[in-house]
Amino acid sequence: MLCTDSATLLCDCVSCSESPAALTTPIKPPDSSPAACFHCGLPVPAGLDLTVSIDGASQPMCCHGCQAVAQAIVDAGHSGFYRHRTALSPTGEALVPEFIQQTQVYDHPEIQKTFVRNTGAHEHEAALILEGITCAACAWLNERHLGRLPGVLDVQVNYATHRARVRWDDTRIKLSDILQAIHNIGYTAHPYDPAQQQQAREREHHTQLRRIGIAGVLGMQVMMLSVALYVGDWSGIEENFSQLFRWIALALTTPVLLYSGTPFLSGAWRDLRNRSIGMDVPVTLGILVAFGGSVHATLTGRGEVYYDSVVMFIFFLLVSRFFELMARKRGAETAESLASALPAMATRLVDDKGIQRQEIIPAAELQPGDRVLIRPGETVPADGSIESGVSGVSEALLSGESTPLTKSPGDTLIGGSINTESPLYMRVEKTGLDTVLAEITRLLERAQQEKPAITQLADRAAAWFVAGVLLLAGVVGLYWWQHNPDSWLPVLVSVLVVTCPCALSLATPTAISAATGTLLAKGLLATGSARIETLANATHFVFDKTGTLTCGTPAIVDIEYQSDLDEQTLLQIAAALESSSEHAAARAINARVSDNPLTASDITNHPGAGISATVAGKTWFIGNPDFVHTHSNAAIPPEPSSATGATHILLADADRVHARFSLQDTPRPEARVVIDALQRAGKQVILMSGDNTAAVRAVADQVGIDNVSSDMKPADKLRAVQALQQQGNVVVMVGDGINDAPVLGAADVSVAMQAAAQISQAGADMILLSNRLDALSSGVQLAQRTLRIIRQNLVWAVSYNLIALPAAALGYVAPWMAAIGMSSSSLLVVLNALRLTRER
Amino acid sequence: MEIIYLLIPLSLLLVGLIVWIFIWAIRSGQFDDMEGPAHRILMDDDNPVEKKEDDSGNA
Repeated sequence: MLCTDSATLLCDCVSCSESPAALTTPIKPPDSSPAACFHCGLPVPAGLDLTVSIDGASQPMCCHGCQAVAQAIVDAGHSGFYRHRTALSPTGEALVPEFIQQTQVYDHPEIQKTFVRNTGAHEHEAALILEGITCAACAWLNERHLGRLPGVLDVQVNYATHRARVRWDDTRIKLSDILQAIHNIGYTAHPYDPAQQQQAREREHHTQLRRIGIAGVLGMQVMMLSVALYVGDWSGIEENFSQLFRWIALALTTPVLLYSGTPFLSGAWRDLRNRSIGMDVPVTLGILVAFGGSVHATLTGRGEVYYDSVVMFIFFLLVSRFFELMARKRGAETAESLASALPAMATRLVDDKGIQRQEIIPAAELQPGDRVLIRPGETVPADGSIESGVSGVSEALLSGESTPLTKSPGDTLIGGSINTESPLYMRVEKTGLDTVLAEITRLLERAQQEKPAITQLADRAAAWFVAGVLLLAGVVGLYWWQHNPDSWLPVLVSVLVVTCPCALSLATPTAISAATGTLLAKGLLATGSARIETLANATHFVFDKTGTLTCGTPAIVDIEYQSDLDEQTLLQIAAALESSSEHAAARAINARVSDNPLTASDITNHPGAGISATVAGKTWFIGNPDFVHTHSNAAIPPEPSSATGATHILLADADRVHARFSLQDTPRPEARVVIDALQRAGKQVILMSGDNTAAVRAVADQVGIDNVSSDMKPADKLRAVQALQQQGNVVVMVGDGINDAPVLGAADVSVAMQAAAQISQAGADMILLSNRLDALSSGVQLAQRTLRIIRQNLVWAVSYNLIALPAAALGYVAPWMAAIGMSSSSLLVVLNALRLTRER
Repeated sequence: MEIIYLLIPLSLLLVGLIVWIFIWAIRSGQFDDMEGPAHRILMDDDNPVEKKEDDSGNA
């Protein structure tokens, strides 16, 4: 069946990077670095010796997280996963208590009400979004692993959509156990409510397939009869047979027109009601005129019938639209998985005859006026104001500022922020779609729907074009009616059908959708389609250093101290200061301290410079030498000769510097290759960092960047990027931290790492999902190919119409030729766009 | 040529059957995941040392 073939064709394209041939050569971590983590491909930090025995060979691991995940996979007997996978796995994370707590929330029957279906006495079924699926083997691994858990009755992983459906026996296993089991093998799962968008999309998908299938099957019958009629015109046919064929063709075409043709009919009706002219108007007019003329011929027994043209036209148009929808769906699904910020549950306080009672309800059921309790560590479930309690609240999600703000009664709380210190009682003011978070999500969605300028131009041109075609069709029809009344109908149908500007309107969106899907498969998520075009024209690439060009996980390599306090205490003070920061340096310090007895208060974060706070009644500063110099009276010790490129962070009180931490970070293994590729492609590559010159220089030399700026604050970076833009350059900014958020906002295209602070991600045009830079250089090539294909498509669509229109108006084109010509023009455009998915 | 009065209704019946099967296939989710099954068949474990149904089998 035609439709089945076409669907398979598309799917093959989307997954071309994982073609069956690739399965025989399982992916290995890059050879360039001798010690790359066997599980995720990141380099193994020097001095770390973690291994897991896989298939009899001892394989290196980069961190305890990966080790635990790999061990869990091998122990469960799934080592075949490593033989079959075609992409590296996401870096493992250790199972932390907060995560276990989070998953247990999902065991609550009230919470389960929204996304769990009871399929039997103790049988439940839930739909899960799986994060971290990089290749088909991942889907296999999840299916096998879960299927082996006692109590799990059925698991189905949909590799195309990264969704899973799990059915389990409530008496033997809990949903939280299932979620933790998925986490153990290195993936993240969260339940979602399939009743929402996903189901709507599935229904849409099914309806489209049904329409295509019916148009295809019935259409073939109609065409068979038409061939008989055409041959009959040639060699003679008995009147009663030809009349029978016509009636049967009419009976078969009517359902195709009324069912499969609905999208065009209703689209045209909508356009007419809105007094605008879209693509559907001439399509519908063409279909209706052809169908009406044929019905007339059938009833009177005189004249030609064009049923074959009608069904063919509908079938091919539906197929083009289906391709477009499929390409679009993938992007939407990924974006959906990324957005899940509000907590699933809330603790509501109910007044039960004077006695206050706490009840746990789904956050979605909160109403304005409800009173809720927010415990430390919990996320604020809706917008509201504090009734009692004082606590630090982190609004990192919204403002990017990770330092908690102190909130007291009367202050407003924003849903999605995190309570960090003590219990808060809040009165809910806004819920659901009215919340600030929902507003931001809407803004993001709107940005995503932005059409590239070139599409808007094509759409406007198409509207004018359609109006012109209708006018011309009227003139042509009138002319032929007066001069040759026999052939006015076929000529009119041909003009209407042949000039349908579908190809013109499909030219850009299909190319963009196809490119978005391919980028996604490469690990680069484009959130705004307009950016693919801009990326193609980029002249300058600006990289941040920490976390972008480097792994972002520097370790303390040296501690020098001149203090009355010992090394351990100094580390604890530093860790307390950095406890709320997401900066890479903070993580290195925190990694050295476990169970910190010290806490800091009055934390002030100076992005890109340092942090000041009070620890044990004394004010401390931690940050780069400039920061410490401006904020304390301490004498700054001379910089040590740092040919090694280590970063130095000073810990000082108001009077003197107590310690100097030397941190070292290694460049990403693939950085050099990516930068070389960009420079070979004629792009300028610039490294801008807030770190000291020597450290930045050292990294720059290792990855091969000449143009380096160091000691830059966020504002300096912003100015530098804007200066570049004023010279007419198109700047791509690749960064990760909160301090990069303003620059990311200003750049023509901003790319954030997946591990980036949420605010940087929210503002970014593209996100590197795998945290690997490789996707960037191939992304640029793909963007250039996309632009080339869009131009080809537009040139083809315009020139096709320029040639076909006069030919049809002069009566050289029969309606069936027009249907084939127009449809194949659209199909050509779509297939040309789909070439973008056929790239390794 | 009168056989056509039998053949055409027959072909119409066949068309109805095909449409019905197609709609059934869509409804039962045959077209939901067009990628996974193609890979899955290649990933069948060639040496099934571990028993798959060790615990969930008696559920």
